[in-house]
This record gives sequence, structure tokens and C-alpha cells, in this order.
Amino acid sequence: MWGAVIVIGLGTYLTRLSFIGAFGERQMPPWLGRPLRYVAPAVLGAIVLPAVVMPDGVVDFSPATNPRFVAGLIAMAVAIRFRNVTVVIAVGMAALWILDALL
Amino acid sequence: MENAATRSGLRDGGRVVLPLLLAIVPFGLVLGVTAAASEVVGGTLGIATSFIIFAGAAQLVTVQLLDAGSSLVVIVVTALIVNVRHLMYSAAMAPHFSEFPRRSRYVLPYLLTDQAFAVSMLRYETTEDPEYKRWYFIGSGMTLWVSWQLSTIAGVALGAQIPESLGLDFAIPLVFLVLLIPAVQTRPGLVAAIFGGLIAVAASGAPYSLGLVIGALSGVAAGVAAERLAER
Repeated sequence: MWGAVIVIGLGTYLTRLSFIGAFGERQMPPWLGRPLRYVAPAVLGAIVLPAVVMPDGVVDFSPATNPRFVAGLIAMAVAIRFRNVTVVIAVGMAALWILDALL
Repeated sequence: MENAATRSGLRDGGRVVLPLLLAIVPFGLVLGVTAAASEVVGGTLGIATSFIIFAGAAQLVTVQLLDAGSSLVVIVVTALIVNVRHLMYSAAMAPHFSEFPRRSRYVLPYLLTDQAFAVSMLRYETTEDPEYKRWYFIGSGMTLWVSWQLSTIAGVALGAQIPESLGLDFAIPLVFLVLLIPAVQTRPGLVAAIFGGLIAVAASGAPYSLGLVIGALSGVAAGVAAERLAER
């Protein structure tokens, strides 16, 4: 596990260094620049959606057995409005606990 | 003269990120809490990821996958895909960093986070002095670094006390949800996120926890395709 973390750390440093260090002032080629713009939304979507629609490994939209889906929708509305991590965590967690208690 | 640029750069850079700490501290706390709560990861390795990787999203994914018992190769690949966006930052910063002393050019990229990149690029548009630029980056980068380390450590300290029944692991997708909003402001970005999410759900049964990687790569392809279609 430590080895994996060290390799990730080294790889992360090298991507940060890339154009500043080794590649000098070479311009980013378009074939690389274009896909890179979509890495953030694609990765984040791939993390968030499974976590809210299938927390237990199967797709489940029922509020009774999967309160995380409804809590996620509420949190999304709050995130669009406020974009504030603290507010979204507070509202999302509170929604989950309330739904858990009710259902 | 040089001292004045050093001091004002350091001070301005340190100050400009202070409001961002409102977002960073809870993110670091969540990371620390989840690492400490995981029997596989634990607090020590959780804190170590903050020193060694120093990239929040990749760290959270790493902790999550380690906890799920995914294969180490897949964890490395997934985390590096999450972090490949730094190539973009590095390319944009390179012309400015080329004016810095050699040692800075190799040490400072370690501090090149989303936030340090955003505030520095904005400031560099209106300043010429390389010494000021360098210290502005150090001021913002170090403030973020110290806050990140302290909030991770605080999260680990808290994590040991929080019962699992609270479902605090749900805070992870909540953090990512907030990061997702600015990334989907363009139509191709939105397409990338939706495809990334749907394919990740469809591929969740893939072996070795490869679902995230498959979803992410499909999302990137969908985003590029959407941009091409829009150009026509």
C-alpha cells in the first residue's frame, strides 16, 4: 500500500513538473489539450453517480432502501446554488441522517 | 528592492487563498476521517498521502479504493488519471516558471494544486516581476499545504471517535459533487460528466474495480465528441 502511495505521489509530481521542467516551454499539443479539458468532469461524474445510485453495489432509486440517492439529489441542488463544501456536506449529511431515521 | 518583492509576494499569495480554506479544511477533514475509520488504510497512511501525493481528489480515491481492497495497479492507474489534469496546469505555468531559479523550477511544482494554479494564473496576468511571481506562488502554495496537512491530521484525530453508523463516507461524494459543478458549466463538460457517471455505473461489475477508470475514459471521449459536434 505504501508503495502504491509513493508511486502515485511520484507520478503526480511528474505531471506537475512536466511542461515546467522536462518539456521546457513546449506548447501543449491539441491532441492532448482537448481530452485533458474533460478529465475533471468525466472523473468526478464517474465517482459521484455510482456513490449515490448504487452505494451497496446494485442500482437502487428507492428512498426506503437507498436514502443516499435522495440525499444526493438534495445535496446537488444545494451545490448548484452555493458551491460551498461546508454547506453541501452539512445539508447532505443531515438529509441522509433524517431519511435514515424516518425510513 | 528584491526583498520588497519577496515580502509582498509572500504576503499577497498567502492572503489570497485564505477564503479558499473554507473549502479546503472540510475536504481535508473528510479525508482524514475516512482514512482513520478504514481498517485497511488507517490514520498514518492517510496523513502520509497528504505529504506524498498532496492532491485531494486523488487521495480520496486512493483511500476509497484501498479500503475496498482493489488491486494496487488499478489504484495507481485510477489516481494518476484523476491527476493527469496537472499536465494542463504545468503547460500554462511553464512560461512564468522559466524565469525562476533552477531549483525553484524543480521544487515548486510539488505545490501546484488546483487552487494554487487558479490564484497564481490570475495574478500573473497583471504582474511582470519574476521574484514577486515566485514568492506569490510560494505564499499561496505553502498556505494551502500547511492547511491541508493540518486538516488531514485533525480529521484523523476526529476519525477515531466517529462511529461508522453515521455514514460519514457519504461526505466523499458530497465533496466531489461541489467540485463537479464548475466542471460542467460547458455543454461538452456536462456530456463528459453524464457519460462518465452512467458508464461507471454500467461498468461497476468490472473486475479489479476498473469501473471508475472505464467510466472516466468514456466520459473524456464523450466530451471530446460533443466538442467536435458543436464545432460543426
